[in-house]
Amino acid sequence: MSERATGTAGNEPFLVVEDLKTHFTVPAGTVKAVDGVSLELRRGQTLGIVGESGSGKTVLSRSIMRLNIGGNVHTTGSVRYDGRELIGLKAKEMQSIWGLEMAMVFQDPMTSLNPVVKVGRQLTEHLRFHLNVSKSEARQTAIELLRSVKIPEPETRIDNYPHEMSGGMRQRVCIAIALACGPRVLFADEPTTALDVTVQHQILNLLATQQKERFMSMIMVTHDLGVVAGRADEIIVMYAGKVVEKAPTATLFAEMKHPYTEALLRSIPKIAQPKHSRLSAILGRPPDLINPPPGCSFAPRCPYAQQRCHEEKPVLSPGSTPGHQFACHFPVGTPEAREAFDRNLAAGLPVTLAAAGDSKVSDDDLVTSAGGA
Amino acid sequence: MAGSGRAHLRPEDETLLRVEHLNVEFPVGGGRVVYAVSGISFDIAKGETLGLVGESGCGKSTTGRAILQLPRPTSGSVVLNGVDLMELDGEGMREKRTDLQMIFQDPISSLNPRRTVGEVVAEPLQVWGPHDEDKQWDIVADMLEAVGIDPGVARYKRPHEFSGGQCQRISIARALVLEPELIICDEPVSALDVSVQAQILNLLEDLKAEYGLTLVFIAHDLAVVKNISDRVAVMYLGKMCEISETDEMYANPAHPYTQLLLESIPEPDPLAVLDDRAEIEGELPSPLAPPSGCRFRTRCPYADETCARVEPQMRRVSEDHYVACHHPLVPVDETEVQIDV
Repeated sequence: MSERATGTAGNEPFLVVEDLKTHFTVPAGTVKAVDGVSLELRRGQTLGIVGESGSGKTVLSRSIMRLNIGGNVHTTGSVRYDGRELIGLKAKEMQSIWGLEMAMVFQDPMTSLNPVVKVGRQLTEHLRFHLNVSKSEARQTAIELLRSVKIPEPETRIDNYPHEMSGGMRQRVCIAIALACGPRVLFADEPTTALDVTVQHQILNLLATQQKERFMSMIMVTHDLGVVAGRADEIIVMYAGKVVEKAPTATLFAEMKHPYTEALLRSIPKIAQPKHSRLSAILGRPPDLINPPPGCSFAPRCPYAQQRCHEEKPVLSPGSTPGHQFACHFPVGTPEAREAFDRNLAAGLPVTLAAAGDSKVSDDDLVTSAGGA
Repeated sequence: MAGSGRAHLRPEDETLLRVEHLNVEFPVGGGRVVYAVSGISFDIAKGETLGLVGESGCGKSTTGRAILQLPRPTSGSVVLNGVDLMELDGEGMREKRTDLQMIFQDPISSLNPRRTVGEVVAEPLQVWGPHDEDKQWDIVADMLEAVGIDPGVARYKRPHEFSGGQCQRISIARALVLEPELIICDEPVSALDVSVQAQILNLLEDLKAEYGLTLVFIAHDLAVVKNISDRVAVMYLGKMCEISETDEMYANPAHPYTQLLLESIPEPDPLAVLDDRAEIEGELPSPLAPPSGCRFRTRCPYADETCARVEPQMRRVSEDHYVACHHPLVPVDETEVQIDV
């Protein structure tokens, strides 16, 4: 971890995202899927983006690559790649970026390949387009790529259709396609969610070795903190379209400050715990992104929430460790937070009771208490 | 493994369900047969949770369904409370199904979108009584309350008005309403977010304590299985590799496959050492033509010529820990080898 961190220390960020917002207009209103996210990426760095479904992590990665298309999408803010502003570029202009500079591995290897085209052609298509190589050269490169992602007998596999391959194998093909033109940034959007645990391990290791060999940067989007824990240099935790905490990986796990990060980690069953260990569940569900709550968007589900949290939006501000930022009025581990927690516990707030391990509270208590308040 | 044998079974009077030599085969045309489950045996005591784990395609869901006779297994016996379900006729089985219920993976599609929640949960009572509507509603309301859904609010709502986690609670209420002896949970939390997953796991634990439920918990996530199970059985390509008390198995895995599964889990710990050795080479062989001898041998780092020739039998590692492997990672009791035909 530390050696990777120092490896990236000297170089300047080449991808800078500032105040990126992606809003979708729907009949019910405006969905603020990504609402003011800033981040930086350096050469060789791995950035993990973590959050529940609906937190905006996928939309964020697609917005950076400008893959959200449709008349109802409004993207504002700034994405600077090597000093060049990507927001506002036309799809035609983005073609010189896609594949060559940035590439993406999608979640579902079953549907992200074209079922009626042989994998060989899917691999060589953009090689031919971008690098202007001959058919036979492209085929040779494709075979080498398949070999580098550890597909056995690449010479025969290149003429297979996707359905002739297993899920793990298809994900390897997707990675090969993404790597074909040697991109500088690889976006991996839940690359292993659809796969078995043993295959997940293989694919994550494959991504890590390829990244090291090519000195590539990677943005790994996942809901599983376990996937990014040992692999990312820095982690961004998203909730309701906003970054709630951002820190170098070791710092995040050692001194997490945001109650959501804490709750997320505590709700995961861990192998080290004995059987029948009580999990601390997070009550409720993510907020409505059309009409988010006026204060902190996590406040309705937060065991530490006070009146101030419901009224005043916390801003992302730096913590004591360099690179650590969080948006919370009562950061975890501070005396104020402990006081707030005890006060809520005494008042019998369902979310606080649940966090303290009381099983008898459920989502409905939450509705009732919100209605009563 | 992947082996056969019944050394691990407990005396019959201590168990609620006893499955022996279960075989499930599906003909796929052209005379070919998928050997989905091949000769597995296990038992479950009353009030116990048995976790079934393995990669996709290992036959864990088929095993769960075979207990319910959906579809009928090819051969073997499934004895629930002294009655062999394999020998019951259609009507006998229909009556017996009140003792067996199932919770499915996808909570939203397993509820009829056109029925209200009150109707969905009361449906089993429509068939089995009481037929009086007020009495039915009393039972349904109690059940909804027990799973953490407000019965007054939910009664006339339809499934689409609830989140995935709430739908899974409603499915659980529906499974509980006939007070079954055994519930098969087929990946009940795989489709849920981690925060909701924790709620459902806690709920199942509470209900188990309250109603004395016996569960078969099928999942591919080993951490989830560890959290909820009293005993865990690891399956590979239709065979059982290892069965053990939960903490014992996770502390001392005896089967190379179990160890590889455990090493594959990404731990939410930044200091965890990334171990490239732990990678299982290759993929699951086809169940159309499973390897001879031990079915795991094609991917096993310890495999030798014996593994190709002889199918390993279940052998005792310690109290309530059995493994089917020729080269177990922990010493086994050599004397107890029992060849069973």
